[in-house]
Amino acid sequence: MRSFWRTPNGPPDGPPNGPPDGPPDGPPDGSLFRDIALVCLAVGVVGLSYGAVAVTSGFAWWFPVLMGVLVLAASSEFLFVGIIAAGGSPFAALLAGLLVNARHLPFGLAVPDVLGQGWRRALGAHLMNDETVVFALAQDEPERKRAAYWLCGVGILICWPVGAALGALLGGVVRDTDALGLDAMFPAVILALILPALKDRPLRRTALAGAALALTVTPFLPAGLPVLLALAALPLFAARTKKEAMR
Amino acid sequence: MSDATSVAAIPPLPTLAAMLALAAGTFLLRLSGPALRARFTLPERAGKLLEVSAVLLLAALAATSALTEDHAFTGPARPLGILTGGVLAWRGAPFLVVVLASAGTTALLRLAGVP
Repeated sequence: MRSFWRTPNGPPDGPPNGPPDGPPDGPPDGSLFRDIALVCLAVGVVGLSYGAVAVTSGFAWWFPVLMGVLVLAASSEFLFVGIIAAGGSPFAALLAGLLVNARHLPFGLAVPDVLGQGWRRALGAHLMNDETVVFALAQDEPERKRAAYWLCGVGILICWPVGAALGALLGGVVRDTDALGLDAMFPAVILALILPALKDRPLRRTALAGAALALTVTPFLPAGLPVLLALAALPLFAARTKKEAMR
Repeated sequence: MSDATSVAAIPPLPTLAAMLALAAGTFLLRLSGPALRARFTLPERAGKLLEVSAVLLLAALAATSALTEDHAFTGPARPLGILTGGVLAWRGAPFLVVVLASAGTTALLRLAGVP
């Protein structure tokens, strides 16, 4: 399960790009904490623009905040607000949002151990999003996986709605977060965190094929579907590793 | 908060209902993965393939959110910023540097008039 995430020559268990002398396991160290805090802060700033966009397109100030807490999935919320603001039906906005969030099902299949039991499992499931999953996957030890997942999840649960509330109150002031290059942060976070895994050659080829497939169909399909279609590249990995195992 | 003309364009109750349904549906999607896994013990190979599929989804998400906006190519500023960050990450730069360099490069390119 964990072999992908090890860099072939680098530290066996350090956080991604962290200091090589970090502790091999146990509680998250300062570097992981800092990385997660940075991502949460970035999420909060994007939340500012989300709140501002929602209010300037006619929503009450509490709507993006409530949706931020209850849905807690940025891209589907932007899409929902955008469709309604463009005059689309609430039902269409609902379907589009669900489609965009459908990737949470395979995410949950991949990281089931971080959630815990009972009420913690329900809250843990609610905290599932791209950032928490990628931070959890990037850790080697189960305890670190869990710590990274929860730390990042709770941070985003706080920063996203608070950002939305501030954005809603500030109105049109911070509409253009693109000028600050903030839209480059989210893909860069994901890329930086999956890079160690991509040193595994069959996995890299499979991921590149999946990404290329998603990009090819993006102009023609509704948002969310291209990312899911990337899973069609999975047999590539299976075939390649099976061949290697038989050798 | 907002002016009355634009508020009137949004049907409040259906929109609220759709938002609550989206929250509920998203929660079920999030819960069903762990719930399914709790019922079966998967062979190690299948577990590995599931982890690969998570990486696959994240790679596709990174690629589409780096390169596209509303079904079309976004300008070069964002992908160039992410490329800068990616090269830095590949060379072992700290995460903080990677993320700030991506945003900074994109912001500077936009300041220079690159879309």
